[in-house]
Amino acid sequence: MLAFVIRRLGFLVIVVIGVSMLTFAMSHLVPADPARLLLGKTATPAQITQIRRGLGLDQPVPVQYLIYMDHLLHGDFGQSISSRRPVLSDFLDYFPATVELTLYAMLMALVVGIPLGVLSAVWRGGWLDHFTRVTSLFGVSIPLFWLGLLFQLIFFGWLHILPSDSRLDGNVAAPHHITGMYTVDSLLTANWPALFSSLDHVLLPAATLAFATLATVIRVTRSSMIEALGKDYIRTARAKGVARWRVNVRHALRNALIPTITLVGLQFGNLLGGAFLVEIVFSWPGIGFYSVQAIRNFDYAAIMGITIIVAIAYTVINLVVDLLYAVLDPRITYA
Amino acid sequence: MLEPTPGSGGVVVTETPGTEELEFDEAGRRLRRVLLRPLTIVVLVAVLLLIVLAVLGPRLAPYDPITPDPLHEFLGPSWQHPMGTDDLGRDVLSRIMAGTRYSLLAVVIVLSLALTLGTLVGSIAGYAGGLVDEVLMRVTDIVLAFPGFILALALAAALGPSLVNGMLAIAAIWWPTYARLVRGQVLSVKENQYVEAARALGVSSRQVVRRHILPNSFAPVLVQLSLDMGAVLVTAASLSFIGLGAQLPTPEWGLMVSTDAPNILTAWWQSTFPGLAIFVTALIFNLGGDLLQEIFLRDARSAV
Repeated sequence: MLAFVIRRLGFLVIVVIGVSMLTFAMSHLVPADPARLLLGKTATPAQITQIRRGLGLDQPVPVQYLIYMDHLLHGDFGQSISSRRPVLSDFLDYFPATVELTLYAMLMALVVGIPLGVLSAVWRGGWLDHFTRVTSLFGVSIPLFWLGLLFQLIFFGWLHILPSDSRLDGNVAAPHHITGMYTVDSLLTANWPALFSSLDHVLLPAATLAFATLATVIRVTRSSMIEALGKDYIRTARAKGVARWRVNVRHALRNALIPTITLVGLQFGNLLGGAFLVEIVFSWPGIGFYSVQAIRNFDYAAIMGITIIVAIAYTVINLVVDLLYAVLDPRITYA
Repeated sequence: MLEPTPGSGGVVVTETPGTEELEFDEAGRRLRRVLLRPLTIVVLVAVLLLIVLAVLGPRLAPYDPITPDPLHEFLGPSWQHPMGTDDLGRDVLSRIMAGTRYSLLAVVIVLSLALTLGTLVGSIAGYAGGLVDEVLMRVTDIVLAFPGFILALALAAALGPSLVNGMLAIAAIWWPTYARLVRGQVLSVKENQYVEAARALGVSSRQVVRRHILPNSFAPVLVQLSLDMGAVLVTAASLSFIGLGAQLPTPEWGLMVSTDAPNILTAWWQSTFPGLAIFVTALIFNLGGDLLQEIFLRDARSAV
């Protein structure tokens, strides 16, 4: 186990180095001169030269990379040109909203997807199985940004039952900042108006984002459930006369859920990508919203900073999931 | 689509369930079974229609898809304009028809680039083995370490917003899938006797890869391609939606949804129909992918 952790940490280092090279290369692809962007249109050539020297842009490329790496290792992911703050501070401000959105989306996908997957495995070939298959087909084909607009149109525009943007109603104050996730913070501070308002607001974007992963949850649950149902111990349990639902739930489902749980971690990257689209549609102030603003403002420093932070976070999460997998399933040993 | 099933000879192949072994005789029989289904015919007709629209779209369109028409802004669906008109008075149906080519082009170009680069890297890694293999596979790991869409976004932003750069960015995140697939195929085919025989006869490595190994990787790659078509389509449309793909006034579907999104509550038809076009096209591709998978992969039925 320890050897496995060390090997994975080694891999983490390689990935981070590779990722940093990629983002470094990308920031060199950028057509605009960062010094010019930083100073605006009225800059004199002397000022530009000075800033370029300050940023290390007059150094050879390998040296620039080492400067870049040095900054990264000190937690300096660059400075946003539009907000004029470190990208990391901006990230920490916006990220909780994204985490909140992603968690609710994952929760919804699991609550809907696991029962659908299990039942379509138990009644394989039945009408529910077909229904599930069509649902996952729709799930993988639907563009999230369009689904979000449709939801807005239906639930806000036509039915008037749910709000279409932002995180709270205009007349409700944000809850005291603890985690940055409004639903959690308002619950912790017993701030009921903020809790209901924030739940109201997270519902549509989370339902939209849930479609980014629903099909995968269904598919994985279904196939691992089918596999589990084919095992000898299921036959034994049935032969012993254990009730049918009990065999399905206690014996099959418990083992079949392990791949689904792993999936939760692996799907995080997928959900994060989807969150970028959903956040724009619903004006949800998370990192996707922030990044797209950065893209529109040609704020390349912010884009590259966010990209590398996200990549590192994603790699760490995958590592944690792998370890959790080993804890959850004692049959797995990492030599 | 019918090409990859040479002959149909009545050889009986005993089923060994649980393997993804590909047998062309089996595939031929399954092809005939799948072809007879109504769904297959619907998919085939839809794909044909898409190709016709991609080639002739702007010419078949009843109205000019680009030039604004200030006298007909924001008209709801009617007999003259079945999908209404947009904020500049252009017929939405005409724009969708004219835009088919951008979506299909994105799919074709992205997948060709990804396949070419992936095949190159995968076959070199699989055939060479050792250190070369190790290095190349770590490179694919690094690309896959990013959440794909976000990497594509950053790349497209760095390259500068345009349709071509959007495609390049998507291809750049897509090739590792093919590299791994082809590498796996190369590794499994490499051990076959006929490959060893060819090598013993002094055939060069490049010839062995090209003549023997790659043709045998055909079916799984084809299935993967067909399964990826829908995803590439939606990803390309998503980049355009964000503003990192096609630029105005190109009637690209994702871009149409984006520019018309602010009017969703007052003129719902404007972004609903272009989005529907993306959805239906992706659905057709995904259905086609499922069918191909059923034809070529033995245990597709239990896997899907």
